[in-house]
Amino acid sequence: MNDDDRVFKALADPTRRFLLDLLYERDGRTLTQLESELEMTRFGVMKHLRVLEDAGLVVTHRQGREKLHFLNPVPVRLIHDRWIDKYTERRVSALAELKQELEGEGTA
Amino acid sequence: MTTSTDTAVTTQVYRVYIKASPERIWQAITDPAWTARYGYGGTVDYDLRPGGKYIAFTSDEMRATGAPDVAIDGEVLEADPPRKLVQTWRMVMDPQMESEGFTKLTYDIAEGEGGVSKLTLTHELEGAPGLATLLSGGLEELGAGGGWAWVLSDLKTLLETGNGMDTEHALNQG
Repeated sequence: MNDDDRVFKALADPTRRFLLDLLYERDGRTLTQLESELEMTRFGVMKHLRVLEDAGLVVTHRQGREKLHFLNPVPVRLIHDRWIDKYTERRVSALAELKQELEGEGTA
Repeated sequence: MTTSTDTAVTTQVYRVYIKASPERIWQAITDPAWTARYGYGGTVDYDLRPGGKYIAFTSDEMRATGAPDVAIDGEVLEADPPRKLVQTWRMVMDPQMESEGFTKLTYDIAEGEGGVSKLTLTHELEGAPGLATLLSGGLEELGAGGGWAWVLSDLKTLLETGNGMDTEHALNQG
C-alpha cells in the first residue's frame, strides 16, 4: 500500500473521520480525552488512532507524562496539491469566486 | 483543563516524509538559494548558532504588491545540523501579526529507511491566534498561502522532483 492508499483507507471510516474532526476542533488531546467523546472501548479507539498514525494523519508528541495527539494536515495537502488540484483547481476557484461574489452581494 | 493541554491547543505539529537525505532537507530549510524555490519563496539569512539572527525576506512577488523587505525575524536557539533546528519566529510584515510577538519553531529531521527522511515541524503559537490561523492555511482564500502544510508539501515536491509547484499561481488563486 502506498502513502495515498493509507490516507484514503484511514479516511474511509466514520469513527476515524470523527477523531480527526475532534482534533481539528481542539488539537493535542490525550487518548483519555478522545475516548471520552466516543461510545467505544479504549482498545477500539487505540486501534483507530493507530491507523490514523500509520497514514500520517495523526502525529503523537510527548509532553511531560502525557502523550498528545495532533492532527497532521500534510498528507491531505499532498493529495490535494499533487492530485486533486490538477483536475479541479480552475473549477474550484471559479466556484469560490462565485460564492464570494454572491455572499458579498447578500451582505451589501 | 490542565496547563499542558492549554499549551497543546496552541501548538501545531506537521510531519512529512521526504525521499531525500537529512543534509538536503537541512539545506532546503537554511540555504537562501533553496528557500526561494518553494513555499512563500523568499530568501532566508540564518546565523546558525545559539543567539544567531534569523531573517526571512519577502519574495519579489510580495514586494510587488507593497510588502516590506522583511517577512519574519527571530533568533536561533539551537542548531544541530542536519538533525535539529530550534528558533524563535515572529512575522513582521504585518502589524497585527507582529504584535503577537515571538513564537517558537522546531524542525526535527530523522533519517529513515530506504533514503526517506522524516521532517517534523512543531510550532508553539501561544498568544498568537492570528499566526495560528495563517499557518494552518485559514487565510488561503485571501491569497495568503496555505501555511505550513502547503509549504511542506511544496518542499517535498521540490526535493523529490526538482520542481516546486507554481508559487505565484498558488498565492494568487481564490
